[in-house]
Amino acid sequence: MNDIVLDVSDVNKTFGGLQALSNINLKINKGKTHAVIGPNGAGKSTLLNVCVGRLEPDTGSVMFDGTNLTGRTPHEINQLGVARVFQTPEIFLDLTLLQNVEIAALARRDGSFSFNPFKAMAAEKELTREAEHMLGEVGLGKLTEEHTGNLSRGDKRRLEMAMCLIQHPKLLLLDEPTAGMSRHDTNRTIDLLKRIKEQGMTKVIIEHDMHVVFSLADWITVLAQGTIIAEGTPDEIRGNPKVKEAYLGGAEV
Amino acid sequence: MASITQFNPSSPKRDLIIMVVFAVAVLTAPIWLAPVGASYPDLLQRFAIFGIFALGFNILFGLTGYLSFGHAAFLGVGSYAAVWIFKLLTMNVVLAIIFGVLVAAIFAVVVGFICLRRSGIYFAILTLAFAQMFYNLAYSVLTPITNGETALTLALDDPRAIDAMFGVDHGAGLPAPSLFGLELTGFTAFYFCAVVLIIAFWVSLKIFRSPFGLKLLAIKSNQNRMLYTGFNPKPYLLVAFVISGMYAGLAGSLMVITDPLAGAERMQWTASGEVVLMTILGGAGTLIGPLLGAGIIKYFENIFSALHHAQLAESFGFLPNALVEPVVSVVSLFVGEGWHLTLGILFMLVVIFLPGGLMEGIRRLSAYVRAKRAGDGEETVAGGATQPSE
Repeated sequence: MNDIVLDVSDVNKTFGGLQALSNINLKINKGKTHAVIGPNGAGKSTLLNVCVGRLEPDTGSVMFDGTNLTGRTPHEINQLGVARVFQTPEIFLDLTLLQNVEIAALARRDGSFSFNPFKAMAAEKELTREAEHMLGEVGLGKLTEEHTGNLSRGDKRRLEMAMCLIQHPKLLLLDEPTAGMSRHDTNRTIDLLKRIKEQGMTKVIIEHDMHVVFSLADWITVLAQGTIIAEGTPDEIRGNPKVKEAYLGGAEV
Repeated sequence: MASITQFNPSSPKRDLIIMVVFAVAVLTAPIWLAPVGASYPDLLQRFAIFGIFALGFNILFGLTGYLSFGHAAFLGVGSYAAVWIFKLLTMNVVLAIIFGVLVAAIFAVVVGFICLRRSGIYFAILTLAFAQMFYNLAYSVLTPITNGETALTLALDDPRAIDAMFGVDHGAGLPAPSLFGLELTGFTAFYFCAVVLIIAFWVSLKIFRSPFGLKLLAIKSNQNRMLYTGFNPKPYLLVAFVISGMYAGLAGSLMVITDPLAGAERMQWTASGEVVLMTILGGAGTLIGPLLGAGIIKYFENIFSALHHAQLAESFGFLPNALVEPVVSVVSLFVGEGWHLTLGILFMLVVIFLPGGLMEGIRRLSAYVRAKRAGDGEETVAGGATQPSE
C-alpha cells in the first residue's frame, strides 16, 4: 500500500461545458515510469495541472505520499517533493545556467522562504559544486557560465530537467520532454531518464513520441476525451484495438 | 522598460575594493566635484540623500522589476516622523533617523501587503494611489500631525522631553539638530550623510550578492518558474518592498537634519516619479547606476537651472561677436528654467540607445576599449615587436 506515490481518485474537471477529465482514477507506484498518452485534447495536460496545483479538480482528490494535494499552491506541492518539467521550457532567462540550477537547489535547502541578505552567494561552494555536477549529468557541463537566452530549445529543456533533478523530487512530472528535439537529443534525453530511473525516482511522462514512450514506460495510461480508455504494460497497449482507434480517429484498422 | 537581470556573485576581495573606492570617492566628493561647481555642502548633501533614496528604490525595482510609483510617500513619512522626534523628544539625529526608518517600514508593510497582490501596471497604479492618498490626507484630515500647508516645523515651546531630562540647553533661538552635541551644519552635515550613504551602499551591495538577491532576480525573470521551484514569491517581494521603503524613510529623515521642516509636497507623485527617472537613467538593477542617476538629476536641478543669459554670453565669448547672440539664445532654451528640456532629451537618448541606463554606456565603452587594447596587443605580437618587460 505504501508503494503508491500518487493516487488520483475520481477526478472530474470541466471548463465551461467541456468535460476535460471525467472520473479519472490513477495509481502510480514508487520507482515506476508511468506514461500518459492520448490524442490532442485528451486531457493529459489538464491532468498534470491538477497534480501540481495549477488547477483544482471539481470533484475527487489527488493524494501524494499520504498528503492531499487539492487546494494546495504550486510551491507547497513542490516543497512536498513534486517537480515539473514544462511543455515549453520555463527557466530563468538572462541568468546563467549555473545560477538557474543553484536557485532550484536553494529551494530544496532553504524552503519556500528564507531571508539572509548578509550571506554571500560566492560562499555557497557546496551548492555550486552540486549544481555544476548536475549540469554535467544532463550534458550541459561546458555551458555553466553561459546565459540561458543563448540556449537551443533542447538545451533549455535539459536545463529545466537539471533544475528539477537537483531537488531530488519524489515524483517528477514531465510534459512532453522531447517535443521539438532532434532525434539525437531525444535519444540523449531517453538515456538520461533511464539513468534517473535506476536511482528509483518515480516519473510521470506525457509524450507524443511513441519511441520515447515505449523505451521508458513501465505502465501506460491512454486518455481520450477526458476518460481513460486503456491501461497496461507497453506490450498490452501496443496491441490494443481501442488505442489504435483513438489515435487514428475511428478509421478501420 | 528594459532593465538588467544579471547576477554577479563577485568575490569578497573584489567587493572590498569596490567599497574602498566608493568610500574614498564619496568622502572626497567636495574636492573632485569642485570643477563643475557642485562642491557646496548643501548640494553634496542632497546628492547623498537622493542617492540613498535611489539605492533603496533600486532594490525593489532593479531586482524584482516591480515598479513603484509611490515611494515618495515613505520619504515624506520619514521626514514627518523625524521632525516629531525633534519636537517631542530630542534634537539628537540618531533617534530621529531610527524612528523615521521604523515608521516608514511600518507604512511599507501595510502598503506593500496590499499593492503586491497585483503586479505590473496594476501594482504601479496601486502604489501611486496610496502615495496620492497620503499626500492629500496630509493636507486635510491629518493636519494635526502634518500641520497641513504650513508644514511641520520646530517651535520654541516644543517639549523635547529627553533633552529637558538631561538638561541640554538649546539657547534662546530655535534649536538645531545635532549628533551627540556636534551641530550638523555645512560640511559636518554632508559628512554625516556621506557616512550613512556608505553604510546604505554596503547593505545594498550585500543584498545584491546574496542568495536573497539572486532569488529576487529570479522572481523578475520568471515568477511562474519560481512557484514551481518551490518558492513563495510573496514574502520575498514584501521584504524587498519594505527594505526599499526603509531606505526612503532614511532619506526622508536625513532631509530634516539640516532643515527641520517636513512638508507634504515631498510626497507628491512628481517626487515619486523623480526616483524612477534617477534609477532608469543610471541603470536599474546595477549597483552604482541609481547613484549616478540621482547625482545627474540633482546636478541639473541645482546647477543647470541656475545658469543665466549673462553667464552663457561670457562662456561663449570666444566666438565672433555676430555669433554670440544667436548661439546664446539657442543654448539658453536648455538651461535656466529650460533645464527640464535638457534632462528630457538626455532621458530619451538613454532610454532609446542605452536601455540599461548610463551604466550600460559605461560597460559598452569599457568593453570597446578593452577590445581595442587586446586588438593592439595582437598586432604587436603579430608584428613580432618584442619589448623588454620591466
